[in-house]
Amino acid sequence: MNCLKVNPTKLPRLAAVLAAGVASLALASCDDAGGDPRVQIGANPVLPAIQQYLVPPIRIAQPVPWGNDSPKVPQGLQIHALAKGFEHPRSLYVLPNGDVLVVESNGPKAPVFRPKDLITGVVQKLAGAKANDANRITLLRYGNGDSAPQLRSVFLEHLNSPFGVALIGHYLYVANTDAIVRYPYEDGQTQITAEGTKLTDLPGGPIDHHWTKAMVASPDGSKLYVGVGSNSNVAENGMEAERERAAIWEVDVATGAHRIYASGVRNPTGMQFEPETGKLWAIANERDEIGPDLVPDYLTSVKDGGFYGWPYSYYGQHLDPRVMPQRPDLVSRAIKPDYALSSHVAPLGLAMYTANSLPAHYRGGAFVGEHGSWDRTPLNGYKVVFVPFSGGTPSGPAEDVVTGFLDQNNHARGRPVGLAVDRTGALLIADDVGDTVWRVSSAAVSTASTQGH
Amino acid sequence: MNHTAIAETTFEPVAGQRPAALASARTIHQVLTPFPVAYFAAALATDLAYWRTAEVMWERFSIWLIAGGLIMSALVALAAVSDLAFGKQRPAWFRALGYTAGVLVSLLNVFVHSRDGYTAVVPTGLTLSAVAVAILLLCAVAGGWNLTYRRGVRS
Repeated sequence: MNCLKVNPTKLPRLAAVLAAGVASLALASCDDAGGDPRVQIGANPVLPAIQQYLVPPIRIAQPVPWGNDSPKVPQGLQIHALAKGFEHPRSLYVLPNGDVLVVESNGPKAPVFRPKDLITGVVQKLAGAKANDANRITLLRYGNGDSAPQLRSVFLEHLNSPFGVALIGHYLYVANTDAIVRYPYEDGQTQITAEGTKLTDLPGGPIDHHWTKAMVASPDGSKLYVGVGSNSNVAENGMEAERERAAIWEVDVATGAHRIYASGVRNPTGMQFEPETGKLWAIANERDEIGPDLVPDYLTSVKDGGFYGWPYSYYGQHLDPRVMPQRPDLVSRAIKPDYALSSHVAPLGLAMYTANSLPAHYRGGAFVGEHGSWDRTPLNGYKVVFVPFSGGTPSGPAEDVVTGFLDQNNHARGRPVGLAVDRTGALLIADDVGDTVWRVSSAAVSTASTQGH
Repeated sequence: MNHTAIAETTFEPVAGQRPAALASARTIHQVLTPFPVAYFAAALATDLAYWRTAEVMWERFSIWLIAGGLIMSALVALAAVSDLAFGKQRPAWFRALGYTAGVLVSLLNVFVHSRDGYTAVVPTGLTLSAVAVAILLLCAVAGGWNLTYRRGVRS
């Protein structure tokens, strides 16, 4: 579908030679299916050579409704829809009293700088990613989660492409795409009508290519860590557009002052503190258009002052030839991420599991919501995986936990985004194509059998 | 130059029934053929600027210029087909093929230029821009902007 079809018959010779050249180059970019993603999971992913396209592959999963179906979970777990009918739910946050905040948001309109931006718009529309931006947070209140929520209320409205949420004391911080705004919050409140106070600006428009601002509060509540994605795939909008982007910010809660905690992280979409060591970990979306198996998205501990390569290099010090001028000084100290999740899976949700109600196997590890690829054959991601941790670092291959977002025809019934663990210890999943929040809990009270496959 | 107004609105779909004046009129496509060449030549200039400066603006100019040139090329093709069909013209094969080759190189080039970053231009995109402009200018210098001959006349 994305291949040029040139029929060389009947064209005179010179034109035929050129047409054949065009056709062969174009076809060469069509049949390069990606390899087994399993060789790209873990500490040492296999990295193939860079491949530059004539026609970059576009392989989107057409959205279809769930109907009465649900995603699949392994034995020992069960899943059901906690609530449906959201508008592009992207992230989740659980308040201390157990109320769940569902952030419904879909990013600002992208500007058209080049002819390909027109095509990107069409592709996103086909993938169901062009839903209305609700700019809203909805609150859900429920008992043990086995029945429908007792309460569903519009918690906060008229936001600006919100994503990250964090509660510190009696203040709720919302990371809009262009600013962190603080609201007063009292336990049990179901709606915020008070005016927010801006804590700090964040890099927003006019391009705002990666618009989500993931956010987590430090355990002591003095700092907010904010994931600020790049303004391009690989700096093609110029480095001026990347000022303080592709970085994790550390924002002082008292003053709103910020510093760049880590840089060179193309799109940090989720951050959590690892429970055993207290270190900050992040998931990141890496770059496109250099092959179906480049570059692996990753999960990594984040070092203070660390530089993770973007845009100059990937996965440590592998140079990206698309960036000019290069910066050997930065590349020489580029940190290789800790754990690859394989290429183009688009991790958008991270939850470290510290509760008890899921099988013991999941204690201390990380759940990652993989939104799924749009530029790779075969499709990759479209599931929630579990990365086991031991001693504060990943200790084994990622396991599929929630699957079935794709049907047999590779149509997307849903795409997982944000994750959270609710008060009962169940895993919540925001599904922005199925417009549903799913809840995964233990199938039975006795969960002696460990999970995984 | 001795201008001859293009006979307007007198095209008739029935061959052989046209006034004699039309046969000697300038063809429509001849007026359009320089446009893509100008677009592609401008793209070569902005490619050179990008190569020297790595300033993103030049790369954006290039891709729009090449895309615009291709749209103009499509109009040239439509006009040439219409001239062949209704204008008592026959193809000037050598020039038409040269011109087509230049446009096909630019078609390849628009894909190369759609890549992200420096390798959208250097070295492949810049090379293709230069090749396309060289082919098209050679055609123009060798035979002008007309891709057809009037039937029964050798030029």
